[in-house]
Amino acid sequence: MLREEAEDFSLAVLGAGTMGLGISALAVGHGVPVTLVEADAARARQAPAAVTAQLRMAQLMNALPADREYGELTVTGSLAGAAGATVVIEAVTEDLTLKTKVLAQTAALTGAGVALVSNTSSIPIDELAGYLPDAARLIGTHFMNPPYLISTVEVVRGASTGEATLSAVTRLLGVLARRPVVVGDGPGFVTSRILHPMINDAARVVQEGTATAEAVDTLMRECLGHRTGPLRTADLIGLDNLADSLRVLAERTGDHRAAPCELLLDKVRDGHLGRKTGRGFYDYGKAQP
Amino acid sequence: MTTTSEPVAEQVQAFLTERTRQTWARDTDLFAVGGVSSMFAMELVVHLESTFDIVIAGPDLALDNFRTVDGMTALVLRLREAEQ
Ligand SMILES: NC(=O)c1ccc[n+]([C@@H]2O[C@H](COP(=O)([O-])OP(=O)(O)OC[C@H]3O[C@@H](n4cnc5c(N)ncnc54)[C@H](O)[C@@H]3O)[C@@H](O)[C@H]2O)c1
Repeated sequence: MLREEAEDFSLAVLGAGTMGLGISALAVGHGVPVTLVEADAARARQAPAAVTAQLRMAQLMNALPADREYGELTVTGSLAGAAGATVVIEAVTEDLTLKTKVLAQTAALTGAGVALVSNTSSIPIDELAGYLPDAARLIGTHFMNPPYLISTVEVVRGASTGEATLSAVTRLLGVLARRPVVVGDGPGFVTSRILHPMINDAARVVQEGTATAEAVDTLMRECLGHRTGPLRTADLIGLDNLADSLRVLAERTGDHRAAPCELLLDKVRDGHLGRKTGRGFYDYGKAQP
Repeated sequence: MTTTSEPVAEQVQAFLTERTRQTWARDTDLFAVGGVSSMFAMELVVHLESTFDIVIAGPDLALDNFRTVDGMTALVLRLREAEQ
C-alpha cells in the first residue's frame, strides 16, 4: 500500500471519545490525515496526547505498517473543520437526536460525493438516514475498541445506502488494513444485537448475587472461549455507552431482556464507567487509555 | 557515566514484583507464560522511560524488547549509552 493512496483520503472524525480517539489513531497510523472534531473543550485539549498514546500502544503491538509515515492530526472544536474531508466518520454519543443533528449539519458542510459514516452501536442506519437530504450518502461501520487491534469491521448497509458510498468506505478500510464484513440494517445490526444483551445478562447474574464479576468472566472465558469475558468487555466499551446502546435496542426490538439492568444503571449514575474512568465492574486504579 | 546492567535489572525486577506479585528470572518470557498481559507492556515502557530518563520510540518500541528482564536491561543500557 502506497502512502499516496492513504493521502487520497482526508478523514474527518466527529467526537473524541473512546471510539473517535481510537479511529483517529488507526487512521493516522496508516498515513491518513485526520481532522478530529470535539465539542467539549477539555476533551479536545486532551485529544492529541490520547491519540499519541494509542499510536504508541499500536506500534508496540506491531499493529501498524512500519513503512508508512503518520498522517497529520488536527483537532478542532468546530464542525466546520469537516468541510474538506473526503470521508466523515461520526462517533459522537449514542443518542438519536444528537447524531441526526450532527449528521445533517455535516451533510450540508461537505460535498455531495462525500461518504457519511456513522459508528453507531445500535441505531438503524435507515432511521438516521431519514433525517438527511440524501440518504444514499450514509452507511454504518462498527469499529470496535481498540480499533487498531481488531482487524475486522462490521459494515452496515442500509436499504438506501448508495453503491458509491459503500465503495468509498471499502477503499478506506483497505487503506486502514481492516477487513469489512457487510451486513444488512436493523437495531444493533449483528454484533451489538448479540453481544450487548449477553453482557446485560452477565451483569444481571452479578446483580442477583449468583456470582462475582470475576467468576462470570472466568467461566465465559475458560469454559466458553470468550476472549476477555463479558464484564471486562463492558468496562472496555464504557458502561454509559453500553447502557445507551441497550436502551436503543430495547426500544426498537421490544425485548425487555435488552433494557439495561439496575446494576449497570447504578454504576453509570455513580460515574463508574469502566476503564475510561478507572472503575467499572473492575478497579483499574486510574483512568486507562 | 556508564550504567552497568546489574542495578538496571534489579530495578526492573523490583517493579515487576511489585506490579505482578511474583518474582521473575532475568530470562523468563513475561508474555509467554501468561503472567503478564500485553497491555501491561505499555506500563513497562512508561516506567522505563521515567525511571531511566530515556525515550523509547521508533523501531525500539516493539514488544520483543520487553519480553524479558535481560531484554529490557539491554535496551535501557543501549539508549543511555546513545544519550551520552
Ligand atoms: N465504546 C465502544 O466500545 C464502542 C464500540 C463500537 C461503537 N461505539 C459507538 O461509537 C460512538 C461513540 O462511542 P464512544 O464510546 O466513543 O462514546 P464517548 O461517550 O466515549 O464519546 C463521545 C464523544 O462525542 C463528543 N460529542 C458529543 N456531541 C458532539 C458534537 N456535537 N460534536 C463533536 N463531538 C461531540 C463527546 O464530548 C464525547 O467526547 C457511539 O455511537 C457508540 O455507540 C462504541
